[in-house]
Amino acid sequence: MRWTAPPLVCREAVELVSDFLEGSLPRRERRRLERHLAACDACDAYLEQMRAVIAASGRVTADDLDPDVLEGLVTLFHQYQQES
Amino acid sequence: MEDAELLDRLLGGDETAFTELVRRYHSTLVRVARYYVGTEVLAEDVAQDTWVAVVRGLERFERRSSFKTWLLRICANRARTTAVREHRTIPADPSPAVATVASRRFDEGGMWVDPPVPFTESVEFRSDSGALVTAVRAAISSLGEPQRSVVTLRDVEGLSSDDVASLLGLSVGNVRVILHRGRARVRDIVESSTKGNEQ
Ligand SMILES: [Zn+2]
Repeated sequence: MRWTAPPLVCREAVELVSDFLEGSLPRRERRRLERHLAACDACDAYLEQMRAVIAASGRVTADDLDPDVLEGLVTLFHQYQQES
Repeated sequence: MEDAELLDRLLGGDETAFTELVRRYHSTLVRVARYYVGTEVLAEDVAQDTWVAVVRGLERFERRSSFKTWLLRICANRARTTAVREHRTIPADPSPAVATVASRRFDEGGMWVDPPVPFTESVEFRSDSGALVTAVRAAISSLGEPQRSVVTLRDVEGLSSDDVASLLGLSVGNVRVILHRGRARVRDIVESSTKGNEQ
């Protein structure tokens, strides 16, 4: 007979969500989480929130560059151009 | 335009290629540097020095890695050197395991009593996806180190966990743990902001 891990409770499931999305959960753990998510709307909503947060993070744009910083760097660039 | 193409132009002395690369990566350099050094001003210095080193060393870049990886490595090395000079201690490895969701959200058996609701169903994010981006951005900036750097480099900049680990001098396992806690914290802050508005 095959040993199966006991089902996850929600408190445990939420701690696995980030690794699950990273694809870094061991197969057995992934299956346990998938079984839980299939039966639990609340944890599925948690997973959706996490997905939304990660997608929104990817849409955060870099701070606008200070024009003085850019200008200073371009000046440096020209200095090194002349040296070489 | 791809970085490789900008690089070719830069080697030909094209100033606009240089400004485009600076626009793309300067804030990431400051972010990487800030993980190691004590102040924003120092981090900005390290980032600027990195560009000087890049322009000087461009001909030696062998393209075995991507330009981005090469650039960020130069920055991380310079920032480490600066941190050593400043006798600064780098934020420590993860503390022992703590629950990332408040225990009052679960009953004694570990099941939700106050379950989460998808952000797509919340009033402020349903109609305006830009609002979620704004909330996430604010939440990430409020994180402490090392969470802020790890979440920024992995989720905002889209670097691989391996790259984040080598840039910040962490193990890949620790990057995963820190990422997990940082993301959970961001989720929690964003969720609280929606609840605050509904009450
Ligand atoms: Zn659950």
